[in-house]
Amino acid sequence: MSHGEHASVLDDPQGPPHVHHMDPPTAYHAAKFGMWLFLATELLLFGVMFAAFAIFRWKYFEEFHKASKHLNWKLGAANTAVLLTSSYFAAMAVDHAQHGRNKKVLSSLLITIGCAVGFLVIKTIEYSEKYHHGYFPGGENFHEYKTFLPLYFCMTGIHALHVIIGMVLLGWVASLAAKNRFSERYYTPVEVGALYWHLVDLIWIYLFPLLYLVG
Amino acid sequence: MGHSTGSSGHSELGHIVPLKVYRTVLAILLVLTVITVAVAQFDFGNLNLVVAMVVASVKAALVALFFMHLKYENPITWLYAAIPVFLLGLLLGGVFIDDPFRISPEDAVVADLSAEKMGEHHESHH
Repeated sequence: MSHGEHASVLDDPQGPPHVHHMDPPTAYHAAKFGMWLFLATELLLFGVMFAAFAIFRWKYFEEFHKASKHLNWKLGAANTAVLLTSSYFAAMAVDHAQHGRNKKVLSSLLITIGCAVGFLVIKTIEYSEKYHHGYFPGGENFHEYKTFLPLYFCMTGIHALHVIIGMVLLGWVASLAAKNRFSERYYTPVEVGALYWHLVDLIWIYLFPLLYLVG
Repeated sequence: MGHSTGSSGHSELGHIVPLKVYRTVLAILLVLTVITVAVAQFDFGNLNLVVAMVVASVKAALVALFFMHLKYENPITWLYAAIPVFLLGLLLGGVFIDDPFRISPEDAVVADLSAEKMGEHHESHH
């Protein structure tokens, strides 16, 4: 943001962009707090699914135990490592932005997005394995694990949707970095975008052991 | 909070975390993932679930505190990070108190039938 143009912006009949109603630090803290507030609701969205999982795991323990053996924990573990690495690079992007290094913000975010692509590729391999063995909704073996599989697809599917939304969000932030928009004084989109991405990582930290390991 | 002078950089915006912290946190997260997988190879019964959830919570705390900078945030952000965790605790706590003592309709029918088999003329339906 260039600051020498305030007079001309205020003369504009359309008015200044909304961010100029606040001084920059206030706008920064408000935006970040808004994201935390949103993440609180996200945690509850997934929390309800975790509660459902707990109830049905209690009730149908045998089914859950057998079903989780059908999941490929190696792919799940690989995806955990991929997401943790992606989070590290998202955090690095914030650090680069705090120092006004736009090129490095861009490259860090591209690595994060690359990891996200890797995650989705591995997830697709897992889903297609399920499909070929008839464990997909409508498949001939779906009834064998008719409590576990809907929860599995619901939880991993909504999580994957968050991965896709995160990729779009970080892609937009990366495009701003490519235009040298960030500096020590303004990097709100990098920090807020990274916050969202870390939540996607955080949810997977619980999904992986619950679905793949403890059965 | 966190806006006093410290060893790492400060501005009127966010806290600048030393890079060593990010690297260390990533290394710990990856090691904890290996531990989670390793523990799951053995059958400790219900202890497996407890260990997996404790390790996951340590990982989640590391991500929140350092990657998400929660450690350096103001009290109001801490409050709003704590509220969903508290609500989740209520929900899951309620599930764990309620669920083990529930009798499902199928179980109730089975109990009813076995009672009849024992030869007692149980006139439960009038």
